[in-house]
Amino acid sequence: MNPQLFQLICFYTFGFVTVAAALSVITLRNTVHAVLALVLTFFSTACLWMLAEAEFLALALIVVYVGAVMVLFLFVVMMLDIDQERMREGFVKFLPVGLIVALVMLMEMLGLIGVRAMHAQVMGADPATAAGVSNTAWLGHALYTQYLLPFEIAALILTVGVVAAVALTLRQRTDARHESASQQVSVNPRDRIRIVKMAAERPAAELPVPPQESKP
Amino acid sequence: MITLAHYIVLGAVLFCIAVAGLFINRKNVIVLLMSIELMLLAVNTNFVAFSRFLGDVSGQVFVFFILTVAAAEAAIGLAILVLLFRNRSTINIADLDSMKG
Repeated sequence: MNPQLFQLICFYTFGFVTVAAALSVITLRNTVHAVLALVLTFFSTACLWMLAEAEFLALALIVVYVGAVMVLFLFVVMMLDIDQERMREGFVKFLPVGLIVALVMLMEMLGLIGVRAMHAQVMGADPATAAGVSNTAWLGHALYTQYLLPFEIAALILTVGVVAAVALTLRQRTDARHESASQQVSVNPRDRIRIVKMAAERPAAELPVPPQESKP
Repeated sequence: MITLAHYIVLGAVLFCIAVAGLFINRKNVIVLLMSIELMLLAVNTNFVAFSRFLGDVSGQVFVFFILTVAAAEAAIGLAILVLLFRNRSTINIADLDSMKG
């Protein structure tokens, strides 16, 4: 088969799956199913990025999103006890507004992109291949030279995110006994025990011998 | 032959689906967060397509940073959600009206 035709078939297949999964994300009744549909959306989008020869980002999307963020979502959704029916209130009421806004936006965007562009702007040769390196090396070279400072700031943002998430959800229970490590460490031994020097004393007088038990 | 317009149209469709999701799921904070993730995905798809089309690495670097910030945002958002549920026993937006906004 013609490789370009095969690419096009792959694009339409993955694109259809992406759009269908995204539609089910916003319409499914069960939130757990919606999260799973979002996983499918991310996965097929990663395939689309792979078609655009952005291999590193496609794999990063799978590892970071499907592997970490979506698991976090699933964890929270399953941990919280959500009243599914109350969550659906207003679904029908807001459906026409949402549809109208989305469709008008879509029409405007498609008009902007222009139907004529469909056959004009063919993707050129892969720039990484043209440079003679892999996509990861191409991206990494830019990331570690030109964008080194933003890269470090991104690491800082992630650290702040971790600290903030822990600080938000950490709590001290007041209804249970617990050890406070900082109090334990900061205690002064002299507050707890007092060593008294005193003269030795004679042992006390011998205790009276208990009476012998009489055998019956 | 895949053109630039294929990817842009797909990004536009994904973005509009996410906007519709924001409108019709006004009660459920979790689905709202997921709609925001969909929007970011649509934008990232556009960045990747233009990076490939223009042969410029900056687009892919930017997608990398968006992924980073989005992961931090999701973590903090879900932490706030857990905190909200612990304090109010609900995540229904209609019940979160203590600021009388």
